[in-house]
Amino acid sequence: MDRDDKVPQYKLTVVQYALLVVVLVLGYGMWRLQVLHSDTFESLAEHNRVREVPILAPRGKILDREGRIIVDNYPSFSVLLLRDQKRDLNADAALIAEGLSLSPDEVRTRIRKAAASNAADSQPIVLKDDITPNELAFVEAHKVELPELETIMVHRRLYPKGGFMAHLIGYVGEVSEDMLNQPQYELYEPGMIVGKSGVEKYYNDLLMGKDGQRRVEVDSRGREVRRLSDTPAVPGRPLKLTVDLDIQIAAEQALGDKEGAIVAMDPHSGEILAMVSRPTFDPNAFAVKISRTDWNKLVTDPGKPLLNKAIQAQLAPGSTFKIIMSMAGLQEGIAQNMKVNCPGGATFYGRYYRCWVSFLHQTHGVVDISKAIYQSCDTFFYTLAERLGIAKIAYYGSQLGLGRKTGIDLDDEATGVMPSEEWKIRNFKQKWTGGETINVGIGQGAVNVTPIQLTRAIAAVSTDGNLVRPHVAMFEELPSDLRKAALDQTHTTRVDLDPKNWEIITDAMALVPTAVGTSGSAHIDNVDFAGKTGSAQVVSIATREKFKNRADLAQNGWFVGFTPRRNPDVVVGVLFQGGEHGKLAARLAAQVIKAYVDKQRRHEIEMRRAEANGGAVPTLATIQDKYSPPPKQGTPKAATASDVAGNRAGDVDFMGVWHDSSADEHQLAGGKFKARASIAPAQPAKAAPGMP
Amino acid sequence: MAKNISFKDFDWVLLALCLLICALGTMEIYSATINAPKFAESHLHIKQLYWIVAGLTLMFFVSLINYEVLLDNAPWFYLASIFSLMAVLLFGRKVLGARRWIAFPGFHFQPSEWVKLILVLAIARFFMDVRNRELSLGELIKAGLIVLVPFALVMKQPDMGTALTYLPPLLMGLFLGGMKMRHALVIVLLVGLVTPIAYKHMKPYQQQRLTSFLHPEEDSQGSGYQVEQAKIAVGAGGIWGRGLTKGTQTQGSFIPEPHNDFIMAAFAEEHGFVGAVVLLLLYFLVLMRLIHNAQTAPDRAGAFVVMGIVAVLAFHILINVGMVVGFMPVTGIPLPLMSYGGSSVLFMFLALGIVNNIRMRRFVN
Repeated sequence: MDRDDKVPQYKLTVVQYALLVVVLVLGYGMWRLQVLHSDTFESLAEHNRVREVPILAPRGKILDREGRIIVDNYPSFSVLLLRDQKRDLNADAALIAEGLSLSPDEVRTRIRKAAASNAADSQPIVLKDDITPNELAFVEAHKVELPELETIMVHRRLYPKGGFMAHLIGYVGEVSEDMLNQPQYELYEPGMIVGKSGVEKYYNDLLMGKDGQRRVEVDSRGREVRRLSDTPAVPGRPLKLTVDLDIQIAAEQALGDKEGAIVAMDPHSGEILAMVSRPTFDPNAFAVKISRTDWNKLVTDPGKPLLNKAIQAQLAPGSTFKIIMSMAGLQEGIAQNMKVNCPGGATFYGRYYRCWVSFLHQTHGVVDISKAIYQSCDTFFYTLAERLGIAKIAYYGSQLGLGRKTGIDLDDEATGVMPSEEWKIRNFKQKWTGGETINVGIGQGAVNVTPIQLTRAIAAVSTDGNLVRPHVAMFEELPSDLRKAALDQTHTTRVDLDPKNWEIITDAMALVPTAVGTSGSAHIDNVDFAGKTGSAQVVSIATREKFKNRADLAQNGWFVGFTPRRNPDVVVGVLFQGGEHGKLAARLAAQVIKAYVDKQRRHEIEMRRAEANGGAVPTLATIQDKYSPPPKQGTPKAATASDVAGNRAGDVDFMGVWHDSSADEHQLAGGKFKARASIAPAQPAKAAPGMP
Repeated sequence: MAKNISFKDFDWVLLALCLLICALGTMEIYSATINAPKFAESHLHIKQLYWIVAGLTLMFFVSLINYEVLLDNAPWFYLASIFSLMAVLLFGRKVLGARRWIAFPGFHFQPSEWVKLILVLAIARFFMDVRNRELSLGELIKAGLIVLVPFALVMKQPDMGTALTYLPPLLMGLFLGGMKMRHALVIVLLVGLVTPIAYKHMKPYQQQRLTSFLHPEEDSQGSGYQVEQAKIAVGAGGIWGRGLTKGTQTQGSFIPEPHNDFIMAAFAEEHGFVGAVVLLLLYFLVLMRLIHNAQTAPDRAGAFVVMGIVAVLAFHILINVGMVVGFMPVTGIPLPLMSYGGSSVLFMFLALGIVNNIRMRRFVN
């Protein structure tokens, strides 16, 4: 071999240049990634490295007016499926499904749906809520095999048992597509748990906290390497309601399993002390995720358990409307001296209208306004309606808030109907007929009210014209941002009412739960209890006769009562659907009233005791047993021996001052008497049923 | 003959360059595995040092063997390698769907790595006898067959990455041996026609690697993910790098095989553009030094051997670094001198031994 055989030099040079090109190209590749686009890749690396797991904020507790817990939270674990893991999730579906007792198809469907939606990959899917300890252990034990699973602690709502107060409280759930599309919910994000009804919805912004974030460094298998930083969750703020648990419990027990609603309200402030609707539902079923079948059952139930009848049922008020009629008649100067003979009915516009008394084969005889109220004489109010005309009736009805929303701080309140000539033309393109006015006179026909409207209207009459805005939240204790908005709204409007007329009506109403009235059986001893019954037809009396056994055609019983008779502290409205007669509703109201008075007296007795023991000087007339009816002669009423024996706490002296309305003129009466404390009063509640 | 050679003529510069790269590699292996639970107990950087020491020993030993003896025996080596590749197909252990290894008591043997070097020798031997200025068609086909037989056997394993490394020495030989321009054109045309057919006969994972190289975003789970993570690592390194054991992509095991096939990504993340350029420069200097040795080789065959090694080495660098920066599909071939692994280290030092033998004999004739 000689050197001529060697490889030509130029070819080696070509190779050298080729290699130079290779190195330059690779160098450019490095330049491109490390210098030109370094920022992009740095943030991608950061995104890789850091996992953000939400820390869910607990919702605020819901408390009663005395701070007792109505709605609490309990810790529960949910399994999240992290979709930004570079794993074949479908391949793991079978194992995941087995460990979480789901079906593999369901898991795959969820993964597919999430992938199809336009949600970002970093948005995890909630695979299962409220997992069992075994399922939690499964996830913890499979951190390596299934790094895409993550558990988070969720504070779930713990609602009172047995549907207690369910309608007022409402329930929470995952924010729906519909809500997300509405402008007022623009800050909500998919997957958020928000209030869906009741105060949970109305005060959602207050109750819902702000979720935090836990940032952890992870490796490619999703194992936590170290914690980076936490943004703590801001818990939701507590909501204090005006509801008094003791009154609420009494109202719940009074209504029991009967259909209807009860509202108890402070007529001066509009504070709702109790609100019950039946049938009810268990909001705890919503706290995790309600199953489709359970939801369908609730929605298709003919009793409409999700409906808050206290604000959403629109029904004829029946005879309770006679209070509005009385006010109209007296204010117009017609009713004061009106005497009507009731032979069991009368003829108007060529048609005979029966008074309810005729069904008992009786008559009312000569009736004045007072008797017309406590005996609920239809003939009197037919006559009054004819004389007033629909326009006047509608005017006073509207003045007292009928046919419009009360503005209560709950969503989806019904409007009701206060009919008028214009109303009929507008809605039916027909002329109003005189016969319709006669029907409206006894709260039948086109007039429709909600229990809250009716309660408020009669509360206004009982307080000499204070038409309040009912509310369930303690406005004064709301955080400043919400308080201002709440207080800015009109609260109380004055309805012009002559005090004389006020007395006539309320005195007559005080006779309703007495032997001469329509609900003598609702009488409460020693309590100045006034009210008005109502029995509203669902169908005409003729139809009713035809289908005697149809329960759904039974009349609705109404009662709105209060104590004491003037400037009462509490007004209770009761709707007893299918209750046939208002006196049955009155008995339910009486139970609530009694609970209220009991509590008030117990409180006052304790105050007296505290004063006696502490040696504080009792101030005269600070504690008037105003719930007791004014003694006729103004003589002090001595406690009987049995009263004292029945309850040792009972022998407490009271000084009292009151208006003596039995006198011809206004007269201030006073006296000293022993109050009978309630026999075996209910123990005050510590928290809503079912709360820890 | 032995007294004619002297270690004074040993290419210490080349060795120093190679050991420098090895040092960087071992350092990066340390960084990439020290925090990975999978490797924490393995001490791969220590093992790599053992391999390097073993490689150095082998290199000095081989440098004493006259390369002409190796060339004389090249046909026998060649036959042996064909048989070993067939043995792999028949008795090899199946790992992850491919038969690449033969298990012996105590160790595994992967013949396809060594075949590279034997092919370099076989091609050099072939061109030693071809003394025409230009290659005839028959010679061209013969040269092609020498490579295509083992190529086909390795493709059958299947191990496309390693099989492809057999082609550069052939192309280098054809180029240096004087292939005709029209033959070259015909081969290019044929490859263009055969590729789509070959694609159809590829294993699904191989097809996926190619398609995911072209459309990485469609395959976020498999090799597209690997490339994406490697690119993120490289890019996140920036100009100065994140520092040894500080690269989150490397430390968090986001880079697949950060001590092996993707060591360049780990290195680039932790040492930045500056580090990567220094490393590329070192490789370039190694290649230039090798070519220098080819220039001074005592004969045509020696030059062919050295240039064959240049071709293999350059191809590895191009494919491996190209893969890391997203220019090349994932093929799973290591970065010489950097990547962890006995076969790779021993191959390189064996090659260095042969090169040095050739260098030390430059004045012999």
